[in-house]
Amino acid sequence: MSLLKVSNLGVQFQTNDGVVSAVNGVSFELEKGQTLGIVGESGSGKSQTVLAMMGLLAKNGKTTGEALYQGKNLLAMSPAELNRIRGDRLAMIFQDPMTSLNPYLTVERQMTEVLELHKGISRRGAKKRAIELLDAVRIPEAARRINMYPHEFSGGMRQRVMIAMALLCEPEVLIADEPTTALDVTVQAQILTLLKELQRDFGTSIVMITHDLGVVAGLCEKVMVMYGGRAMEYGSADNIFYQPSHPYTIGLLGALPRLDHDGSELVSIPGNPPNMARMPKGCPFSERCTHASSRCADELPALAASSVNPQVLRACHKPADELQQAAQEVAHV
Amino acid sequence: MMQSKQKAMTAALDNSLADAAVEGRSLWRDARVRFFRNKAAVLSLIVLALITLACIFGPMVLPHTYEDTDWDAMGIAPTLANTHWFGTDALGRDLLVRCLIGGRISLMVGALATIASVALGIVWGATAGFMGGKVDSLMMRIVDMMYAVPYLLIAILMVTLLGRDFYLVVLTITVFSWMDMARVVRGQTLAIKSKEYVEAAHAIGVSTPKIIFRHIVPNLLGIVVIYTTVTVPGVILTESVLSFLGLGVQEPMTSWGVLIQDGAGVMDASPWILLFPAGLLSVTLYCANYIGDGLRDALDPKDR
Amino acid sequence: MWSYTFRRVLATIPTLLAVITVCYLLLHLTPGGPFDGERKVSAAVLANLQAKYHLDLPLWQQYLYYIKSLLQGDLGASFRYADWSVNDLVGKALPVSAAIGGGAIVISLFIGVALGIVAALRQNSLIDYLVMLLGNIGGAFPSFVLGPVLVMVFAIGLEWLPAGGWDDFALRYMVLPMALLVFINISTIGRVMRGSMIEVLGSNFIRTARAKGLPMRTIVLRHALKPALMPVVSVIGPLAISSITAAVVTETVFGLPGLGKLIVNGAANRDYTLVLGLVVLVTVITVVLNLLVDLAYALLDPKIRY
Repeated sequence: MSLLKVSNLGVQFQTNDGVVSAVNGVSFELEKGQTLGIVGESGSGKSQTVLAMMGLLAKNGKTTGEALYQGKNLLAMSPAELNRIRGDRLAMIFQDPMTSLNPYLTVERQMTEVLELHKGISRRGAKKRAIELLDAVRIPEAARRINMYPHEFSGGMRQRVMIAMALLCEPEVLIADEPTTALDVTVQAQILTLLKELQRDFGTSIVMITHDLGVVAGLCEKVMVMYGGRAMEYGSADNIFYQPSHPYTIGLLGALPRLDHDGSELVSIPGNPPNMARMPKGCPFSERCTHASSRCADELPALAASSVNPQVLRACHKPADELQQAAQEVAHV
Repeated sequence: MMQSKQKAMTAALDNSLADAAVEGRSLWRDARVRFFRNKAAVLSLIVLALITLACIFGPMVLPHTYEDTDWDAMGIAPTLANTHWFGTDALGRDLLVRCLIGGRISLMVGALATIASVALGIVWGATAGFMGGKVDSLMMRIVDMMYAVPYLLIAILMVTLLGRDFYLVVLTITVFSWMDMARVVRGQTLAIKSKEYVEAAHAIGVSTPKIIFRHIVPNLLGIVVIYTTVTVPGVILTESVLSFLGLGVQEPMTSWGVLIQDGAGVMDASPWILLFPAGLLSVTLYCANYIGDGLRDALDPKDR
Repeated sequence: MWSYTFRRVLATIPTLLAVITVCYLLLHLTPGGPFDGERKVSAAVLANLQAKYHLDLPLWQQYLYYIKSLLQGDLGASFRYADWSVNDLVGKALPVSAAIGGGAIVISLFIGVALGIVAALRQNSLIDYLVMLLGNIGGAFPSFVLGPVLVMVFAIGLEWLPAGGWDDFALRYMVLPMALLVFINISTIGRVMRGSMIEVLGSNFIRTARAKGLPMRTIVLRHALKPALMPVVSVIGPLAISSITAAVVTETVFGLPGLGKLIVNGAANRDYTLVLGLVVLVTVITVVLNLLVDLAYALLDPKIRY
């Protein structure tokens, strides 16, 4: 049994303009110690997918489908049941470390309360453990700095605090929602290295939400590419990176600067991400896709095994071999 | 939640931008459409207009005057029989006409003091914002000081010293009602001053007064309208408090605050003398608040 | 912190001085002296009186005398109440106003904050509508309308409480005036608390707290309450100032022997020193209250350090 098995997850928001579907029929699995990357532009539904699993959707949000953690559906749990799991077995770190810590409480209070709640440890013992974790995420002078308020830390240091806080109970799954987006490039690299080491030491499974393919390449074993609230392509990181078989993935990779080939310019994907309130009837990417046919606009492609490599799931009407050929020709020009 | 809201807002903005491109709607026309979609605000506007019209024309057409005693009907309760529809006060004066005459005074003080304080606030704030530097900080320091002053007591002092007079009441209220407007206008002026199009106008040699009237004033209008509607109920309220404390206009002239004070004195015997003016004042304040809210929502779409 | 406090105290001096000077000039530059009243006094008595109150000196010297006595805590003598100094009158009236106004603010803080929290947690519930309704009513029904209505219902109609008057801090006489002030304050506090609580509950750090698995009670009390209280703290200053305004009205409505009644009577009797003294006193109180609120704000917010 997988540690985490999400099937056919959907998220809908009730808004003034009617119901908006942010996520549609997303499925994935996560094994112990594995890292899954969920990639997509802003508004692709990647954050809402994990927020739904954690029960953190906005009040007007509703979910469909199921998200099984050790066979139990997280989406159907009562708040009390869910509270026993989140923070303890499932932990999450967020995109913006500047606002994700409570500015009115010391780091010590915000860390120890997790252990008091889930492990029943006294505050004194909890503080000792919290200092150990702050050491582990390489915060200098942790014993002194733990008594400070968040605003006394830099952005990178705050994200380290968030990570330490998430790891306090040694969770089985760590969900990281764009943990490096708000940080400087050098700090980004440090945080990613840190996550990799912590995964090695603690054996934590990680779900990494990002729009940065470089992050995925460095960290993840499996990758799901999302667009317009749907999974476009899902497979191992190697397959997705070296043999992308979906026009959107190919476009994303084309937009990525690389050291190993100069000359040709970066190719950006034309157009803008779709308006979630007015989704096309067919493939969400069809409006921007250079390969789109009339069928793409009318008929939604199902996520199915690729004809070239059955390990990869893709949602596209155009056969994978034709696409990859076309992509190679472009690369060779 | 914030994210999804933001997304919805961006989407809405995109839509409205797209619509604007198609239909070429102006900001003001857009605001008017939004305002008239707000039922509470429109209803308030209608009610307030009716009250105003009644105050202006009612005393002209009604069979009684505000100061003459009806010796046959002293202190009678509201009745349909003898045209004293709101009843009469202890001196036999028709309460309906007195309420309408009082409304004239209250609304007129409200209008005049609002115009005066808005004008003062705009000039003060725009000057401070446009001049900047030491002038700005001194002028704003004075605004801060004004906030710390217990205005009602000073108003009482002024009226005590200078006597009870309609224009003095207007002046007194004005002196303590302009600071919000000054602050807001100053902030807005500072923001607009550094906008590219103003700098561009400077660069191509447009004269300063022309810049002020072409670029700065039109951009201030929205926020001025919003804060004006916030000022109106506050001003009417202050006038009523002063009148209630016996510091407003002189008898037999009256205003809602005076009438409420009269009514409060005899409310055990004849409660209608209190309830009619109190009701009129409250309805007016309620409507003014709703119109203000409606205008704010209409002119400041980012708050929706 | 101490140097910040010191600087803030220093900054209040120009405000105080400006208010005192403007009022003083207003008082002395308007035509008609305090003794031009209806009673005829002989020239000798008048000269004596003028000498006693330094009225024979040039204005700037009178002003300096006044400032000097103010610094010694002396608000001067009443022109109308013989044998009473302004200090005596204030000494009798201040406790009445302080008990009613201060008590009302404390009570309404507790009720308003509690109502605001419940309204924010249960949006569109009965309590939520009640808080919003109170906010609307508070804006449209001023104290001098609500006060008489309260009297009409509870004193004249139900005959539960006296319609007004005062008996040495007897509770019966304090209930209605306090209820009126509490009602008015709650309309502001409840609305502000509801708004700020909703905003705080939607913030990122509350999402973090939920992700940690904390129960709602802990999230509200430990994580959300303090940040949500900050806007409430910042309205306490204006609220206290408007309480002084409301006190003038309340004391008139209920016939209470407080500062508000004193100033209205002083104004009616043209008792200049009394009115001036009260304006000075209330300005000082206002400025001090604002100062205290600023300091409380600085103490509560860990980001502000001096």
